Amino acid sequence: MTTMELLTWVRGPGMTIAIILMLFGVVVRLLEMLLLGRKKDLSVARDPASAKYGWRTVVTRSLPSFACLKTVPLTFITGYIFHVGLLIIVVFYVPHIMFIRDLTGLEWSGLPFWLIDGTTLLTMLAMLVTLWYRVWDKVRRYLSRFSDYFVWMITFLPVLTGYLLYHRQFLPYNEMMIVHIVSIQLLLISMPMTKLMHTFTFVFSRWYSGEAAGRKGVKV
Amino acid sequence: MSTSIQRGIAAFKQQIDAPIASFFNSCVHCGMCAGACLFYEATNDPKYTPINKLEPMRRVWKQEYTFWGRLAKTLGISKPINDAELNEWQELLYDSCTLCGRCSLVCPVGIDLVYMIRKAREGMVASGHAPKGLKESTSRAMTIGSPMGVTLSTFKKQVQHAEDESGIKIPFDKQGADYLLLMSSAEIMEFPEFIGAMAKIFKQADVSWTFSSEAFEATNSGNQIGSSDLAAELVQRVVDAAEKLQVKNVISPECGHSYTAIRWDGPNLIGRAYKFNVIHVLELLDQLRQEGKIKLEGLDKERLTFHDPCQIVRRGGITQEPRNLINSVSSNFVEMPCSGISNWCCGGGGGVSANPDADELRLKAFAIKKQQLDSAGAKKLVTSCSNCRNMLEDGIEEYEMDIEVIGLTELIADHLKE
Repeated sequence: MTTMELLTWVRGPGMTIAIILMLFGVVVRLLEMLLLGRKKDLSVARDPASAKYGWRTVVTRSLPSFACLKTVPLTFITGYIFHVGLLIIVVFYVPHIMFIRDLTGLEWSGLPFWLIDGTTLLTMLAMLVTLWYRVWDKVRRYLSRFSDYFVWMITFLPVLTGYLLYHRQFLPYNEMMIVHIVSIQLLLISMPMTKLMHTFTFVFSRWYSGEAAGRKGVKV
Repeated sequence: MSTSIQRGIAAFKQQIDAPIASFFNSCVHCGMCAGACLFYEATNDPKYTPINKLEPMRRVWKQEYTFWGRLAKTLGISKPINDAELNEWQELLYDSCTLCGRCSLVCPVGIDLVYMIRKAREGMVASGHAPKGLKESTSRAMTIGSPMGVTLSTFKKQVQHAEDESGIKIPFDKQGADYLLLMSSAEIMEFPEFIGAMAKIFKQADVSWTFSSEAFEATNSGNQIGSSDLAAELVQRVVDAAEKLQVKNVISPECGHSYTAIRWDGPNLIGRAYKFNVIHVLELLDQLRQEGKIKLEGLDKERLTFHDPCQIVRRGGITQEPRNLINSVSSNFVEMPCSGISNWCCGGGGGVSANPDADELRLKAFAIKKQQLDSAGAKKLVTSCSNCRNMLEDGIEEYEMDIEVIGLTELIADHLKE
């Protein structure tokens, strides 16, 4: 198989397989979670329309809040940078948009290359600081398992390989493109198997908390 | 595997629902909950990080309710939890958690850690890993009717004292009264002035109320230790008495955990809605004040501050009412730093005060409350939970501080217009 043939396979059937595996895995994981069910709360809610507090929390937990709650500034700032950074890179980099267009037919405007380039650098920097903090800080080190480091690596690789690809570094373009796409596929396949599931489940966990507090008249 | 651990695992399994699965699925080990925890902040020991307290339950969830966990368990890669581990976690799930809920506020993915810790305690009880002190208080609650061993005759004697002091006849078992007032053991034994205060307030407001000789105790040790069966029985006693007397409302006393048990958990524990309303005493007092049914006079000029009981404010939604009441009798009310729903716990909620194993750690953690009180610079500390009040007095004595602790209901009664 030539490099070109491999690239064609990876971009085409390879990517389809990865996406199907990811979607299947995520659906299974969400079902095994949701099918556990939740008992109806029989206490009288202060506001029976408590679902809105759930949605409120889904949004507000993305905002910095509770000035008196000691949050770790480093976790807070780097967390914002790399989450927003990843979103910008995936959604607003023109070649990514073209790839998604080929896959789904949907299309939107991208951001200039220089902006994506800067965002990528900043995202990688924030992720490196996150990793350093996980190793250095005693609470994070205490909590961390192999899976935490694995998840970091599997998220970092597509960003790094994408950056190297754009700047024509390390490997010839086609080879690097293969490495980049495979790293993305690894990320996709890992989603349902690892803590990357939080990408999907955070909506549920925030909603459950917000709804439960909201029915008691507490806005969290 | 021992029978006790099998019972424990079964109890953990029974408690795991979709919210818990979503919480474990979403946790990325960011560690932010550590900084919100009283016990981590006081010790800087990472084992007190709230999410770590749930490690046994997480493992049961993973091994029993996830595809990959079940696979790993079948292949023998992951080991089930054992007695030694649960023994180690006893300190983390009981001594170092007051169910205060501060951690639940800070989690970026919205994990309600308290919801899980309360449920994890069910597994600890079932496997025989609850602390001795809590087992004893729960046993007293089940057999005598009160975790502190208060009998009906002791209660009646305290009521008699209140009648003698106030000159007001206090009703017992009055059929069809509007309100049935519950008490906590600590109020009966250590702060009995609460009884007289309520009698005076209700007399002025012309409220139809009663005590029940069949159910006067609101403290729910079953909830604190983590036994839904026992908690349900304790709630049922109140429900039976209230429905027998056909009262319209049941008043939760100041005690925060009593409020959570009777107001929010109760119907779920007994499996049905009540035929009466539950109202916290502070909600009722503020309502009576707003309606002009209680008339207050005189403003306290001494600088005073308010300690927010976790279960009443952060977990109960009663934040403004105590402030309205205090402002109606004080001209010098100051908030302590982090007041309201972010306030720090007294250190003794969630069964910690009934657990002597936790005393040393609890008093160490009081250093945070001391800092708050020092910043507020108040001469008087008002609170609205008898357990908080006990814990605050204990901490103030330990740290040799000069601040008087007073109950909010008594403060209001002291300012009633004659």
